[in-house]
Amino acid sequence: MEAVRGISDQELIETPDLSHLDAADYDKVYEPREDSFLFLDALEKDLNLIRLFKPSICLEVGSGSGVICTALARFLGSSSYVIATDLNPFACQTTHQTAEANNSFVSCIQMDLDSMLRMNNTIDLLLFNPPYVVTTSKELRQPREDGSFLHLAWAGGVKGREVTDRLLSHVGQLLSHRSLFYLVVIKENDPEEICNVMACQGFKGEIIASRKVRNELLSVMRFKRGW
Amino acid sequence: MKLLTHNVLSSKCLKGVSVGYPLRLNATDIKVVDVDYNSEFVSRMIPKLNYSALYDAAQSIGHHNGLPDTVAEDYENNEDFLKAVHHVLLEVDIVSGDLECPESGRKFPITRGIPNMLVNENEVNEINGSNGCNN
Repeated sequence: MEAVRGISDQELIETPDLSHLDAADYDKVYEPREDSFLFLDALEKDLNLIRLFKPSICLEVGSGSGVICTALARFLGSSSYVIATDLNPFACQTTHQTAEANNSFVSCIQMDLDSMLRMNNTIDLLLFNPPYVVTTSKELRQPREDGSFLHLAWAGGVKGREVTDRLLSHVGQLLSHRSLFYLVVIKENDPEEICNVMACQGFKGEIIASRKVRNELLSVMRFKRGW
Repeated sequence: MKLLTHNVLSSKCLKGVSVGYPLRLNATDIKVVDVDYNSEFVSRMIPKLNYSALYDAAQSIGHHNGLPDTVAEDYENNEDFLKAVHHVLLEVDIVSGDLECPESGRKFPITRGIPNMLVNENEVNEINGSNGCNN
């Protein structure tokens, strides 16, 4: 009985419907896979915390298909405003469509990371499933000669950290004094070092979900400040 | 693009730009949509907004009707004010037009509601490669 009650008390996140997308779309936009689903699972475990926190403005950096920000936008409804950025124009359009197909709204802006947002502690909740795969720095050149942005969805440069570190360098100015930040990492990204980097900006970090997928150890980290 | 999004955008990362805020808004196609009104959310948003930037943006596209030029006193209990802010923040949707850096004049097109704010590497200040730790 206890276990049954445990499940019914736990709020669930609905995986957004992606039936409006097909194989041709996934030639241009990152198709949700194990990392995306681990991200959703981790957010689901935190739904009570997120609801109590009442974030006014949420941001997903690099929203791709829009599966993550749409799930969040659906969950929060009219109590929050969700913004998504992606440097891939197809990803921006796709995120917009995914939100619409799921009766929700996400404000999409084409940009690199958060580069064109005001740095005045405005974002209350930040989501980032970065390109975390270890590659050479050269792989990060954007976009490819054929116009494809797809490699930028996974190529992370040295330690798989080059893109993540560009965001982490100033995330303390982007985020509110009381904020939450969820980040997908793999073991090679050195989560412990990321925790130290974030501690310098006043964030307390921990791993809240992990899963082994083939030869990758994927985790979702949660950072809190001002709690 | 809704005016709430406009309120959080800045072109400060461009080379030679010191403030880059607020961006000038030129709208060629505007759609007014119905969005569920949540007074508690609008109330929570007020202190986070740059209100004068919101007012000026709304005025520049002729959608400031009913919106006072400063935040109403005791706004949490002022339903008329909150509804006017709700309308301007969330219901006025810029379908096409552009955003313009107030200092450099660099334009960012808005197409099908999505602003394109992707800039070339040579347009932005040296990217801060540090990890945020000063020590």
